[in-house]
Amino acid sequence: MATTGSEQNKAPGSTGGALGMNVRDAIRQPLWLLAELTYACPLQCPYCSNPMDFAKIKSELTTEEWIDVFKQARAMGATQLGLSGGEPLARPDIIELIRAARDLGFYTNLITSGIGLDSSKAIAFKEAGLDHIQVSFQASSEDLNNLIAGTDAFQHKIEMAKAVKAAGYPMVLCFVTHRQNIDKIDEILDLAINLDADYVELATTQYYGWAMHNRDQLLPLKEQLVRAERIAHEYQEQQKGNMKIYYVVPDYYEDRPKACMNGWGNVFLTVTPDGTALPCHAARELPGMTLPNVRDTSVKEIWEDSNDFNRFRGFDWMKEPCRSCDEKVKDFGGCRCQAYMLTGDPAAADPVCSKSPNRHVVDEAIERGRRESEKPIEVAKPLVFRNPKNSKQISGF
Amino acid sequence: MTKRVFNADSVPVLALGYRFQWEPMQDCYVLLYPEGMVKLNPAAGEILKRISEKKQTVSELIAELKVAFDGADLDDDVYQFLEEAHGNDWIRAE
Repeated sequence: MATTGSEQNKAPGSTGGALGMNVRDAIRQPLWLLAELTYACPLQCPYCSNPMDFAKIKSELTTEEWIDVFKQARAMGATQLGLSGGEPLARPDIIELIRAARDLGFYTNLITSGIGLDSSKAIAFKEAGLDHIQVSFQASSEDLNNLIAGTDAFQHKIEMAKAVKAAGYPMVLCFVTHRQNIDKIDEILDLAINLDADYVELATTQYYGWAMHNRDQLLPLKEQLVRAERIAHEYQEQQKGNMKIYYVVPDYYEDRPKACMNGWGNVFLTVTPDGTALPCHAARELPGMTLPNVRDTSVKEIWEDSNDFNRFRGFDWMKEPCRSCDEKVKDFGGCRCQAYMLTGDPAAADPVCSKSPNRHVVDEAIERGRRESEKPIEVAKPLVFRNPKNSKQISGF
Repeated sequence: MTKRVFNADSVPVLALGYRFQWEPMQDCYVLLYPEGMVKLNPAAGEILKRISEKKQTVSELIAELKVAFDGADLDDDVYQFLEEAHGNDWIRAE
């Protein structure tokens, strides 16, 4: 009898082993459905990955429409469902959606700030079949957490983390790290230990949407990262077999790009509150997207035939230096959205790569962040918080 | 060599947050956990299927597998798998 055979497949945005895959000759099935149920959110995190113009979106999919999307994606083979947002608990039908998803066989992940959650809901969701609740924290201390989230949320989050565990879920905490809180990484991990967390994700801020807008204030300094990495590894060692700690270096400081989404249109499917289907949650901002919608096109058709999902599949779209690079099968040329934001060309190599002729753009961003960090607080650019007012003002509608 | 976790009397159970199921589209058993999935080979699938279905000791589990697999000598393989699965945090011993 042979023993373990396994292919690990962590979600994009999380930090486990990447899907080991070879050169693709056929379209694979989606494995991950990220359902952004709503853009409504009681928090105002300045690193939110929602689009800047989120407040424009008014017409959310109905309960029936969402369940139909779940059915279609599940029939194609998706196993993981992320219920996200905005704040997914702002949907009054959340329990119905959980039940339907679990009945279909999804592993159901609720990705929440914890605001809008209470112990009885955590239990009711469990009974409806919810597998996992991830509670996000902004920092370890009350003041910083409340500043970053733009609200008094900290104590409630602590209570909710405990309630999640008491209801029989694994406790999965996500701390989004950036320049303003990364020096507190030991406090963050001590807090997680005190709460008896099972998994802690030290998720580095990714510079899309609101985070991109606030990048000069959020990008950590090199010396901060060196320290944070050392501390994270110490805690990983110390907590072995007890609490799992995921830590990733922000890609700006790497010399090879991340294997974004495990490849475009490969395993990951996002559906936004209004039904737009995207190969990743930031892709709406790319030029030339046709933005197919689940309201008028089947998920299968979108996945297999749409211009958007085929646009960066495989390797044919690549330019140099990616095209002839032997690492393209590992990182797929990096992130298309980042390539577009930083170079103006969505088919360029992700400029994080040291082989990219545009690497200097990333280095300049790091340098700008450093200069900003040296300014006294009175003259530094303020963080712009994610809320409908700022959304309208910045996007001009 | 690290210390063995399982003996004949220990009861292996799935770790918190892990779910075992058959995936028709993958044509294999899988383990699902927060934001991830492990595809299992048939042998791993047969063992974890029994672990997820009912609580029983390792010796009972092995006896059941022997019946299913024509009395094959699989003790060592099962123990090896259990230790590996434990090392991956898929299961724990009760």
